[in-house]
Amino acid sequence: MTRKQRRLTMIGVSLGVLAIATALVLSALRDSIVFFNSPTDVAEKHVAPGTRIRIGGLVKEGSVQRGDNLRIRFDVTDGKSDIAVRYQGIVPDLFREGQGVVAEGKLEPGGALVADTVLAKHDERYMPREVVDALKKAGRWQEKTNGGAAK
Amino acid sequence: MIPELGHYALVLALALGLIQSVVPIVGAHTRDDALMRLASSTALMQFAFVALSFAALVVCYITSDFSVATVFENSHSMMPLVYKFSSVWGNHEGSMLLWVLILSVFGAAVAAFGGNLPATLKAHVLAVQSWIASAFYLFILLTSNPFLRLPKAPFEGRDLNPILQDPGLAIHPPLLYLGYVGFSIAFSFAIAALIEGRIDAAWARWVRPWTLAAWMALTVGIAMGSYWAYYTLGWGGFWFWDPVENASLMPWLAGTALLHSAVVMEKRDALKVWTILLAILTFSLSLIGTFLVRSGVLTSVHTFANDPTRGVFILAILVLFIGGGLTLFAWRAPMLKQGGLFAPISREGALVFNNLFLTTACLTVFVGTLYPLALEALTGEKISVGAPFFNLTFGPLFVALMFAMPFGPLLAWKRGDLLGVAQRLMTAFGAALIAVAVAFALEGGTSVLAPFGVGLAFFVMAGAVVDLTERTGLFRVPLATARLRAAGLPRSAWGTAVAHFGIAMSMLGIISAGTWGSERIVALKPSQTVSISGYDLSFDGLVQRPGPNYTSLVAQFTVRSGGAPVGMMAPSKRTFASRSMTTNEAALMMRGAGQLYLSLGDTNNDGSIAIRLYYKPLVLLIWLGAIVMMLGGALSLSDRRLRVGAPKPATKPALQAAE
Repeated sequence: MTRKQRRLTMIGVSLGVLAIATALVLSALRDSIVFFNSPTDVAEKHVAPGTRIRIGGLVKEGSVQRGDNLRIRFDVTDGKSDIAVRYQGIVPDLFREGQGVVAEGKLEPGGALVADTVLAKHDERYMPREVVDALKKAGRWQEKTNGGAAK
Repeated sequence: MIPELGHYALVLALALGLIQSVVPIVGAHTRDDALMRLASSTALMQFAFVALSFAALVVCYITSDFSVATVFENSHSMMPLVYKFSSVWGNHEGSMLLWVLILSVFGAAVAAFGGNLPATLKAHVLAVQSWIASAFYLFILLTSNPFLRLPKAPFEGRDLNPILQDPGLAIHPPLLYLGYVGFSIAFSFAIAALIEGRIDAAWARWVRPWTLAAWMALTVGIAMGSYWAYYTLGWGGFWFWDPVENASLMPWLAGTALLHSAVVMEKRDALKVWTILLAILTFSLSLIGTFLVRSGVLTSVHTFANDPTRGVFILAILVLFIGGGLTLFAWRAPMLKQGGLFAPISREGALVFNNLFLTTACLTVFVGTLYPLALEALTGEKISVGAPFFNLTFGPLFVALMFAMPFGPLLAWKRGDLLGVAQRLMTAFGAALIAVAVAFALEGGTSVLAPFGVGLAFFVMAGAVVDLTERTGLFRVPLATARLRAAGLPRSAWGTAVAHFGIAMSMLGIISAGTWGSERIVALKPSQTVSISGYDLSFDGLVQRPGPNYTSLVAQFTVRSGGAPVGMMAPSKRTFASRSMTTNEAALMMRGAGQLYLSLGDTNNDGSIAIRLYYKPLVLLIWLGAIVMMLGGALSLSDRRLRVGAPKPATKPALQAAE
């Protein structure tokens, strides 16, 4: 093979691998990404039941109920709308009423979220950014009281 | 006084950095030896001043000088000494100081050990290295001064984030930074080569040891971070495809590709332009990683507190170096002379294959990490891209790469014989088939894919062994001859086999722990028993124990296997009063290469406590594999040929022909 032919083979093979990778990425992006919503989004956008979503907000005060076998249910609120979340398992150490939380799972026909992942803050001082944005959007964000926590 | 001294030392380092950025280049241009040699002295002095600055900060932390803002924010007088020390870099400011410290260490190392480099190349490399250093000194001094004093010294500090109060903090960030920052040398060499417009096989021989050293540190640094997350987050995961993790994986993938392409360049004088590009890209990915983690674009335990000016500043550094590097590349690369020819089926061809798949895999990680950020910036839509995305994209590419791995080292340079290599790999293939069969028989149909994954891992491991037996002629020639050949085999050949064996070990661990692990999440009362994979754990009770700056709630368990006690496990929860925060300390018990993993959840009103219990077979192989990879790198690094420098073709033609 001449230098030119070899170079063309190499470019051809590289483009082939890139094409395969692009196809993989595109199909994976279609099937395996999860959209983030605030409780208000869920209420307004009429997200179809069965969809996998991530929601963020505050754990509503007085809404946490614990059941048998580590079952737990609580409401996530952004101050405007609430959404009920059911979960079985151990919630993070920093999961508390009135604190920020992110839950991921499937939406039920009744409008509740059956979560398989519940995340809380990493640290007393920080709040998940998704929660901050959800609260800001709902107009319930107070820079004065919450500003320090957002940093 | 001490903080001011540290601050002043850093300013002096910046002044030296600025001098070193310009003078050696002028010297190289005017062929002035004295000006070029200046770079070595300034590089060593820069290191001395940054080390002084870092030492000053360490003193502030050790003596709990709370008049310094970062010490007040991140330390506590009651903390054990090791955490006082490691909390130096457990915050944004200090970690950036560690970053430049390591940068200056590498600069000084080039100055000290680069004696066999041509004078102009050395001058250029040190100048480029100093551009990077100066940019980051400026960043620290202008936006993240770790020595800032508080007007009134508080009596007590606010304590280090309890999650970071772990021995992992003493090891993980320095190793990771050694890796990240070590790639800056490859970058500086690439830019210097582009400035000079000249590059040859010797260049690759000078760059490879630095890249190798950085790669080793990054390999272990990532593995260490993974193990830390595994035992501290309390749910037994070891890799989360979190953007921050991806930020370290991307330079690793590109750096691994760079290591391999540098071999082609060194041995065959081919792939020059590509190697230069990879060197630029690898460090660019390190910078992007630093940007992602330090700018506050992402929220994670790694980000600490942030203010937006820092993000803009790092972004400017990023644009300057990546944009500048790539522009220079586009301008000068066409001038570089083309190198040796090779057939598609050859060692070179195999290494090109390796590069193609590693960079494509890196690209998929890049897309998965940055796409959500880009989408949010453009449309406001928030998405999360998690494990399923990476399993679907990164997974298949890596499987192809692993399958090709045993073939590469067995192929001859220039023109290889694929069929012959396949025949020599028959033993490895046989081992793989047996492994698949055994895995199927043992697992009993829980997964179809996993046994094939095990087969692939065994194929790579056996392939690495075949590579060595082929080279030494073991089983074909008398044992004494084989032993002689083994002794004469270049260390880099051993390094290749060992490193390939290591990655297969990690793969085996990932498959085994991910597929055949078992999990129990239950609430237990004292004297109750829970069973998992043939182990019975009985809950003996809860005790409170005071720690230096926390109180811990310890749950005691007795572990029995087949009725016979095998040990105790005591997971605990630590409550840190200073931050009203609790952390989870999982209990781990080794069972061979597998582990029992036990962590605590909430205590309930009825006196029971929630626990998570896992049995993870072969899980230790994940991290042991990384250590084996590092050992492979160390073997290769100890190869004499890397240290003696490139042989001069006129005087020692035999050395090159021996390849």
